[in-house]
Amino acid sequence: MSDTPLLEIRGLNAWYGESHVLHGVDLNIREGETVTLLGRNGAGKTTTLRAIMGILRRREGVIRLRGKDLIGLPLHKVAQAGIGYVPEERGIFASLNVAENLMLPPNVSDGGMSMDDIFTLFPNLHERRSSQGTKLSGGEQQMLAIARILRTGAKIILLDEPTEGLAPVIIQRIGDVLVALKKRGMTILLVEQNFRFARKVADRFYLMEDGRMVNSFPGHELDARMDELHEVLGV
Amino acid sequence: MSTIFGIPAPALYGQILIGLINGSFYAMLSLGLAVIFGLLRVINFTHGAQYMLGAFAAYLLLTYAGIGYWPALILAPLSVGAVAIVIERFMLRRLYGLDPLYGLLLTFGLALILEGAFRYWFGAAGKPYSPPAQLTGAVNLGFMFMPIYRGWVVGASLFVCLGTWLLIEKTRLGAYLRAATENATLVQAFGVNVPLLLTLTYGLGAALAALAGVLAAPIYQVSPLMGSNLIIIVFAVVVVGGMGSILGAIVTGYVLGVLEGLTKVFYPEASSIVIFVIMAIVLLVRPAGLFGQEE
Repeated sequence: MSDTPLLEIRGLNAWYGESHVLHGVDLNIREGETVTLLGRNGAGKTTTLRAIMGILRRREGVIRLRGKDLIGLPLHKVAQAGIGYVPEERGIFASLNVAENLMLPPNVSDGGMSMDDIFTLFPNLHERRSSQGTKLSGGEQQMLAIARILRTGAKIILLDEPTEGLAPVIIQRIGDVLVALKKRGMTILLVEQNFRFARKVADRFYLMEDGRMVNSFPGHELDARMDELHEVLGV
Repeated sequence: MSTIFGIPAPALYGQILIGLINGSFYAMLSLGLAVIFGLLRVINFTHGAQYMLGAFAAYLLLTYAGIGYWPALILAPLSVGAVAIVIERFMLRRLYGLDPLYGLLLTFGLALILEGAFRYWFGAAGKPYSPPAQLTGAVNLGFMFMPIYRGWVVGASLFVCLGTWLLIEKTRLGAYLRAATENATLVQAFGVNVPLLLTLTYGLGAALAALAGVLAAPIYQVSPLMGSNLIIIVFAVVVVGGMGSILGAIVTGYVLGVLEGLTKVFYPEASSIVIFVIMAIVLLVRPAGLFGQEE
């Protein structure tokens, strides 16, 4: 783990139309780290991911991946620079079968997982490779959404609420997958409401409120800060 | 002489063949329209003019450069596709994200300009274009004589439709196209150059129309309004098949062509409206079209 950030975000502002939704967000992630964004619904967590990807076009500030500025790039160049995106709605395509969904994102660098490794990690996907993508269960769709990014050789994965709406046993399974990815040295930016899930994998936490970063702390402080978090998150 | 339902058999076969030929053009044209609409959400009213441009390109190549039918089958779609790419890059692209009405108006205006210009330059009368020597004459199928060129058109259009279908359903490029039709932003966020994909798709759709135009030149003659006569029927075919459905466009094109031919035999008075009657019924019963998916 080196000290220079893999992903560096400074003073990020973003707008949906006229409405100013991110206010000077700062965020750093070092190579191999897993960082989790916490915050209530509407705090700006998903918006932060969409602004980093460039899906949200109207933004100002600094977004650098290994020192390379991303903010002026067209949308498709951001992924090519090495950022993989797993959206909250999972984005599995109904007109593609599982194998086609898996092969859809183009490789962005060498060093992505091989299909054999992916099918070892996600055996269900191999069994169902010729099924229509959206015929999979919610948990399988989530696995597929993660797997197709692992294939591409992305340096960092933005994961938006991977446990949302899933049964506890599937959440457990996704937790195991993230732990396995961390072991392989993958860098992960996770948005998660379920911090019992996040504590297993996160090295650091950032806390968002009203489009601003209000706090950040290392993972081992989570327990000591529970009261404060309950208040901010309203859980 | 044998009869079927009181109709002389040769007349029946003849109309089925004419239906298949018309259906070949309906299928090729509605296929391009469906691909363009699916991905770009543009109702391409220039499609008929692009078909006409294909036929004129073949005619002009022959008249002014002595370049015959076979090279024209390649050169006409390439040049019309290139013009379409310019149109997409500099005009259509600015309208993405706006109400689809804007794209419809732009392409409708372009069609009027192109057809008007060609009528000004070449007059409204049809220009004859001979089929290549290899495809003249007729063969005896046993139950009827079939002009070889007409058989060629049916075969070539089936080949083109099948090839396009395979390209979209079985290749990686086709997977990009299908996925971008569902969610273009996400596909671009994965690193696919979607703006380029849109440009190529519009070019491909226009090239398909131009290819149909070259195939049509020896059958219908080359005239500035040949496309505008056809395009309304083709829109009806797309609506019946289901907007954006590739397979729907192909199958519906052939089926409606043959139905129209059969109507000419059994009830000629209705032959010019049968497709629109079917369209109205389909819209009432299944508004998304026979092969379309409800949104």
